[in-house]
Amino acid sequence: MDQQVVEVAKQGIAMAHLAAGLGAGFITFSAGLGIGRIAQAAMEGTARQPEASAEIRTSMLISAALIEGIALFGEVICVLLAIKTVANY
Amino acid sequence: MIRRLAWLVVSFGLILLVAWASATIASAVGEDHAAADVAGQPAAAEGGEHGGQGLDPVEHVLNSRTIQIPWPNGHLAKTIVLPSLGTFQVGGLTIEMAITKAVVMLWVASALLIVVVVILAAPTVHSDRPPHGVANLIEMVTVFIRDEVSIPALGRHYGRRLLPYLLSVFFFVLFCNLLGLVPYAATPTGNISVTASLATLSFLMIQGVAIKEAGFTGWLRHLTGGVHWLLWPIMVPVEFLGMFTKPFALTIRLFANMTAGHIVILALLGLIFIFRNPAVAALSVPFSLFIMLLEILVAFIQAYVFTMLTAVFTGLGVHSHHAEGPAAAH
Repeated sequence: MDQQVVEVAKQGIAMAHLAAGLGAGFITFSAGLGIGRIAQAAMEGTARQPEASAEIRTSMLISAALIEGIALFGEVICVLLAIKTVANY
Repeated sequence: MIRRLAWLVVSFGLILLVAWASATIASAVGEDHAAADVAGQPAAAEGGEHGGQGLDPVEHVLNSRTIQIPWPNGHLAKTIVLPSLGTFQVGGLTIEMAITKAVVMLWVASALLIVVVVILAAPTVHSDRPPHGVANLIEMVTVFIRDEVSIPALGRHYGRRLLPYLLSVFFFVLFCNLLGLVPYAATPTGNISVTASLATLSFLMIQGVAIKEAGFTGWLRHLTGGVHWLLWPIMVPVEFLGMFTKPFALTIRLFANMTAGHIVILALLGLIFIFRNPAVAALSVPFSLFIMLLEILVAFIQAYVFTMLTAVFTGLGVHSHHAEGPAAAH
């Protein structure tokens, strides 16, 4: 009976690890996309007006940090899934 | 041109040499750990032990009751077990006042902050001589926060009155973040309790300033958002939740940024243990070095973002009561 419970728990943990991996992949993809668009806008703005490059760079870094914050919300959930073991299932 | 090339080759070679040496020492140390681990932990092998040889990234970023100090022994570290200051009950909750690694690191960051700001930089405020040494840096950062963060978000009056809190938060978070990059030390702000406490303080300031500016009834009126009273059952819960999501986002953003960087570095270094081959260090250590440089940048950026968002949220509470009227539905 105990062994059956452990087997079921192990399947659940396998699913959790799979979910963590897939989730991390999606998060990386979307964060890269979002920050890439910020970088595109920053490059175009700097190309149009090089005198404004310092301000554009500051805004770009702040926006990138905020979007990265959202990506890391998802990462925290993935880590919570990935560190599951039989002991804390 | 040849000299630059030679310089590049020599420095890369030195990095590889140091990486190989440290990986060899680390895998030798890992042999000892593997024996102890196998003997002591029969069932916890799934949690994240890479290859069973002693680099558990999750264990390294979590809080613990012991700290490591440099010591000339085989492991180059001595483990000190930290004491507990007793437990007490608050309602149904048992709180144990234990000194943990995060607490010790918070004390270290506070001590550094006191030395740098209070002893080295603050005397320039009341003296006639120009600032000397690190006081220049502190003054530059202080002026930046005052002119680019505090006064634009809060206006002239509150911008100066709330500047001490914003500066304290900025420097404290910065020192805590940078402390994580020092060997043998840990990141206090990589612990969600620490960032939750900082966000709670910011929350208290945001709501306190809003109540002081608009009065208690004015603050309650702002919670309704200026809509028709039939919509209040929808509006008030949403605004009430919105009050709490901002500090929650501050907490998670700071915690996750600090912890994620360390987990990436530990995962890269753990590759050496997975492959059990010191040659992997040639790839692993330069990548980890790059990620550590990125971590320095992230430390500054996250301290700045925490401070800026606190200022902006407080500014929303201060200015919104001036914007009632024609622009009420915002």
